[in-house]
This record gives sequence, C-alpha cells and structure tokens, in this order.
Amino acid sequence: MKPLQDIIVVDFSQFLSGPSAGLRLADMGAQVIKIERTGIGDICRQLYVSNVMIEGESTIFHAINRNKQSYAADLKNAEDLEKVKKIIAQADVLMHNFRPGVMERLGLDYETVKAINPQIVYAEVSGYGNEGPWKDLPGQDLLLQAVSGLTWLSSNRSDSPTPMGVAVVDILAGTHIAQGILAALLQRTITNEGSLVQVSMLESILDFQFEVLTCFYNDGRELPVRSEINNGHAYLSAPYGIYKTADGYLALAMGNITQLATLLQCHPLRNFTNTAEWFEKRDEIKTILANHLLARDTDAWLAVLEPADIWCAKVLDYDTLVQENGYQMLNMELKVKTSNGLSITTTRCPIRIDGEIFTSGIGAPLLGEHNEQIEEQFGLKKEPISDYEV
Amino acid sequence: MSRLPLQGLLVLEFSQYLSGPSAGLRLADLGARVIKVERPQTGDAGRRLSIKNLWTDDSSMLFHTINRNKESYTADLKNADDLALVKKLIEKADVLTHNFRPGIMEKVGLGYSEVIKLNSRIIYGAISGYGKEGPWKNRPGQDLLLQSMSGLAYTTGNAKDNPMPFGLAIADNLCGSQLVQGILSALIRRHKTGTGALIEVSLLESLLDFQFELLTTYHSSGKLPKRSNVNNGHPLLHAPYGIYATTDGHIAIAMVDINQLAKAIGCNELMAYDQKVAFSLRDEIKTVLAKHLSTQSAAYWLEKLHAKDLWAMEVLDWERLTKLEAYKCLQMEQTITTTQGKNITTTRCPIRINGERIFSPKPAPQLGEHTEAINRELIGRKV
Repeated sequence: MKPLQDIIVVDFSQFLSGPSAGLRLADMGAQVIKIERTGIGDICRQLYVSNVMIEGESTIFHAINRNKQSYAADLKNAEDLEKVKKIIAQADVLMHNFRPGVMERLGLDYETVKAINPQIVYAEVSGYGNEGPWKDLPGQDLLLQAVSGLTWLSSNRSDSPTPMGVAVVDILAGTHIAQGILAALLQRTITNEGSLVQVSMLESILDFQFEVLTCFYNDGRELPVRSEINNGHAYLSAPYGIYKTADGYLALAMGNITQLATLLQCHPLRNFTNTAEWFEKRDEIKTILANHLLARDTDAWLAVLEPADIWCAKVLDYDTLVQENGYQMLNMELKVKTSNGLSITTTRCPIRIDGEIFTSGIGAPLLGEHNEQIEEQFGLKKEPISDYEV
Repeated sequence: MSRLPLQGLLVLEFSQYLSGPSAGLRLADLGARVIKVERPQTGDAGRRLSIKNLWTDDSSMLFHTINRNKESYTADLKNADDLALVKKLIEKADVLTHNFRPGIMEKVGLGYSEVIKLNSRIIYGAISGYGKEGPWKNRPGQDLLLQSMSGLAYTTGNAKDNPMPFGLAIADNLCGSQLVQGILSALIRRHKTGTGALIEVSLLESLLDFQFELLTTYHSSGKLPKRSNVNNGHPLLHAPYGIYATTDGHIAIAMVDINQLAKAIGCNELMAYDQKVAFSLRDEIKTVLAKHLSTQSAAYWLEKLHAKDLWAMEVLDWERLTKLEAYKCLQMEQTITTTQGKNITTTRCPIRINGERIFSPKPAPQLGEHTEAINRELIGRKV
C-alpha cells in the first residue's frame, strides 16, 4: 500500500514550488487534483524553457505535473466555485501559492474553507510571507536568490554574485510545504483537527543557509568570502573545489594537504604543515594544486587518490553520467505517457519504501481532462431530470 | 504554540554530519523528541567538523546549529551491554535514522530486518550516498562529490567557466528533506495499517530529483543543457534571466518580455530583438542589456522596472538584508543558550503552523548528556 493512499489533495498552485510538493504527494499515493483556470490552466503550461516543447506545452510542465488530475473551473463563476467547494469539503489537503489576498478575494481563505471542512490541512506558499513591505512582490526563484544573500556563496571572489542554476528556492519551499502538510496530516490522526501550514520562499532559502547564517550572526557579522580560485564553499579550507585536469575535471572535498602533497607528488604543498593554513592560505594552496592537476588525466589522479580513501570524484555531465553503471543501477528514469499517447522520459520519486521504487506511468493531465470523472467521484453531477417531472 | 504536530513521537538518530541530522532537526522542530545515539568519547563526527574554525565548546558551532533541540545518548554499539540497552530504546521508538555506509548497521545487528523484530511498528530511515547496490555504493557520500557526479556542476556559472558547484551542501539538505517526507508519509500509513516501514533515500537520487526539469528536457532533446556565455541564471531559460552589474551594485532580472524590458529601461539597441529570439540569441541580448545596465545605479533601474511590474530585485548581501523590515518582520532568528551558558543566534524552523512561528530554545546536547536520564526514564534501569 502506498503511504498516502486515500489522501485527496486539492491543488490550486502553479509554476514550481507548490506543484513540486503536489508531485511528491502524488508519488507517494495521494490523489492530486489540480484546479486550473478554464481555458488557460496552470501558467506553467505556457512557460517554455529552452526550445524544447512537448505537445505544444513546456517540458517542465510535464515533468512537474505527471501523475496528477486536472479539473478546470472558473472560480469567479458562482456555479463552478460551488462545485470546487464541494470537492474541498471532501478533501484532506488544500494547497495554493497565490499572492497574499487572492484566495480571500475568491472566498477560499482559510477561515471560509475551515468552516466547510474543519479537518482540512490548508497549505500555502508565498514569496515573502503575508506581512511586511515585500508581501505583494512576485515570489520568483532568481529574485529570491538575489535578495537572500545566496548569490555570494557560489563562484569565485572576483566574480559577480552568482545564482545557483536550478530553481533551488522553489524546490526547497516545495519540500518544506510537503513536510508541513504531512506533519499536519499525522497530527490530525490524533487530534482530528486540521491546520493551516505556511511556508514562504524567503524563509525557505534562509533555512537553506542556516549553517552559514549562524556563522554570520555569531562571528561579528562577517560576510562570506569566496576563495579567489576554485571556490567550492566560502567557509571551507583548501582543497575543497573542482579542478581542471589534462582531460576533464576532478572534485576534491575535505582533505589533508600534506597527504595530498605526497599522493599527488606535489612538492610545494609539503610546506603547508599547519592545518590552520589550509583555510588562511587556501588561495595559495589551491593555485599550486590547480597548476599541478593540469598535468595528468582525471583517471590517473583518481587511481592514486581513491585507494587512499581521499574524498574525490570525476566531474560528470549528463552524457557521461547516464553511461555509468552506478547511475543505471538506480533506475531513476521513468517513462510516462501523456493522454495523447506521447511517451516522455523523466525522473521518478527519489524515496524508496519497503525496498520499492514508485514508477507510476501516468503523465501530466490535459487541461480539464478529469472534470467528468471528478464530478462523478464527488457527486457534483446534476441529477438527470426524471420522467415524472416532464 | 499549544501543540506541535509531531508531539509524542520518539526518534533515534544514529546519523552524523548533515544529511540525517538535518532531517532530525526538522522532526524535532515539528515536535518530535529526537535522541542522538552517539559513540562514547567522540560522538557524531560533526562535533569535530567546523567551518571558519568556529567552536562553541568542545563541539563546533556547526554541530550546535544542526543539532539543537535534540538529546544525546552514548552507546558503544560493539559492546554487548550497550547494544542491549540501545535495543530497549528501539523497542520504544517510532523512528530510527542512520546515514552509515551500506552494511555498517547490519554488521552491528541493527539492520532493518533485525530492528523490525524488536519493533514491528518502527519507521527505519536510511540515507546512503549512492544507493545500497552498484559500483558506487562504498564511495564517500560527500556533498561536493555528489554535485560533481550528478551533472549539477554544469548548471551554475557561465559556459566558459569550469564546472561550478553550488556553494552550499545542497545534496545533504535535499536528501534530509526527502527522508523527512518519507518518514512522515510512513507514519501516516502506520496509523491505518499498524505496520512500520523502511524508507531509503540517497544523496544521488535526491540530486537527480532536484534536476528533474533539466533531466526531462535533456531526455526529450538529447542535448546537454548549456549555460549561457554571459550572465547565466539557469541553463534552460532565455534572456534576460540573470544577474547584472549596475554602477553601484547588481540587480536580478527574471522572466521578462524583451520588448517590455527594452521600453521600460529605454534601451534602443534592445528594441531590435523580440521574444521569439529570447532563447536562441540570449547571449547577444544579454550582452546588450549588460552594457546598458552598467550605466546607471541599481535604484534607478529598479524604479523603472517596478513601475512596469517587471520581475526584478536588487542583489543583497546578509548585511543589507538583515537590516530591512522585510527580513526583520519574518523573525527568522532565535537565540539559544547552550548548556555551558553561551548564547548562539541561529535560524528557526521555516514552517509555520496555524499562523505561529516555531521557536525552540533547547540547545544542542553535550555528548552523553542525557544517557542516565534516558536509561532511567525509557529503559527503567536503576542507577
């Protein structure tokens, strides 16, 4: 039995943060119903990335919304709203990521929904929280990276602030809202009461920086200083970083510099016997190391370092990664079929339960694809007019 | 807060460093009682791992940050008497987590198949680096190495840069999050079925999941995602997505229509392009834009962009951010007093329940601080 079987999630969220949480809940067995605007749907359907499209919709829409159902409704139409409220009345979870005030205007704020269904877990993701001067600003990933200080951690010291190249704020906020929803569902099994669960993208990306922010708060509010070259982490000693070799790249994590000097036969490194220097003189050490590692192929270095249990790895791109047995063994690729019969390869849920992986082959829904089925399930169909009334 | 959602849950944490302990911290903040089971004398290896050489007492500030709101119980799992006591604790627990390399827990007799004999309702959460099978299973599950092997290092920085890691432990953090989701889902199922579960996550699968948009696009197109040559923000996104220098700082511009942008900032040269070429000519467009934006201040541009509701923000560092009302109103900081009387300011749990923020004043434990009390209370052992 999938762990969330019988859980019904009514999901008003769009783009990535909320939908990524919905995806995880769907993977683990929940029925996730996307409530989408008639005619347009989740804006992400039109959010084309790169030049790759599937059935005229963006690839990322298909990646994020597989294994879900779509119910199209015009929430400004009284009849549609009434139907949606009837679905909500029977649901376990409601989720949205509208800007503050939108659900209130639609008449679907927490107090109203709680009156319809006191046991519901009502979850919302905002950009910056529901108060303060930024509350109405767009909660967009890059912008949150920019204001949260995150861009001063990657790349080298003399480079511009550098964003992380994946929507890290959306994904983290999605995991946090999923955690809150699950904790609240678990509590409900004891108290029989629902909850309001709130996450903001700003709080989520601050939480991600909890270790380095704690340094900042307690160490005289010193800002992070990225290393001059081969930066891997602003707060870590040499050799932590990625280095060019004769034929590719090599990653070196925490390691003993004098041991590396011997293993790599890099004589100038032998002078750094004081461990404090590994942080204080990391630019100098990294420069020596970077020059030295250019001399041989990655595999030649690995052949020396791996037997000595040094924390190192070859740097792979997707082309080389997917050739590796260590990748293939994971069965991480998942083929799903869209309702139009097109096959798409994406990734599966990363959580294994009782030794099993979840491999639902259901693709992303067409807009409004499940209206009929859902109206049936939730008893929303008008009674057929009986013969006697004619 | 009147009642935290996980109140009453007992979690035994055999995990060390960051991935498992970050999951333990989240469970603790949501109300669970988390007991770290640590090796005598040394404990969680994270106690000795510092960043910037910052120490709070015998343990690093890093350890204090990750392990606040927990208790510590010392046991030598290779000692029969200690192991017997740990097994008694397991009988009482709802959740167990560990992030040892594959085979270690089995070797001490605490593999899943042994543990469910002690407690059939337990949720057993195991973190590995690369899964428990395959050629990589015994490799060190370290964050930078996972970033390097999962393709992630080709998402950040510009096309001509070396592969560039995220400057934070993203694999550890995400893997911890996935573990929490798996554990909580299994606890929900246990309420219906009465049975425990084995939850397994790996750093590698967590990072592949993280790249699901990129990987799906890669599988569809057969082409490697390419970072833009200049001002890269995301390999899949068109111009202007990225961070740009102004005369006095940087601004970030997200998805914005090229024509609207050109009008808003009065850039005639940009008028030559439109949305249709925003991906194919992104380097060219970004170069034009970067040159134009370098002529005025950040405030000047932001006023123009915000007047048209375009998606842009100033790039801040923590010094400036933490002085703003938008940050202060979150009340994201909390101060904790350690058992030795030192104050540490750190962040709180990012999840709010019923409109309330979750704060916890409980500090990280001293090694073995709660062993005796736990023996008395949970095992009923006379001292």
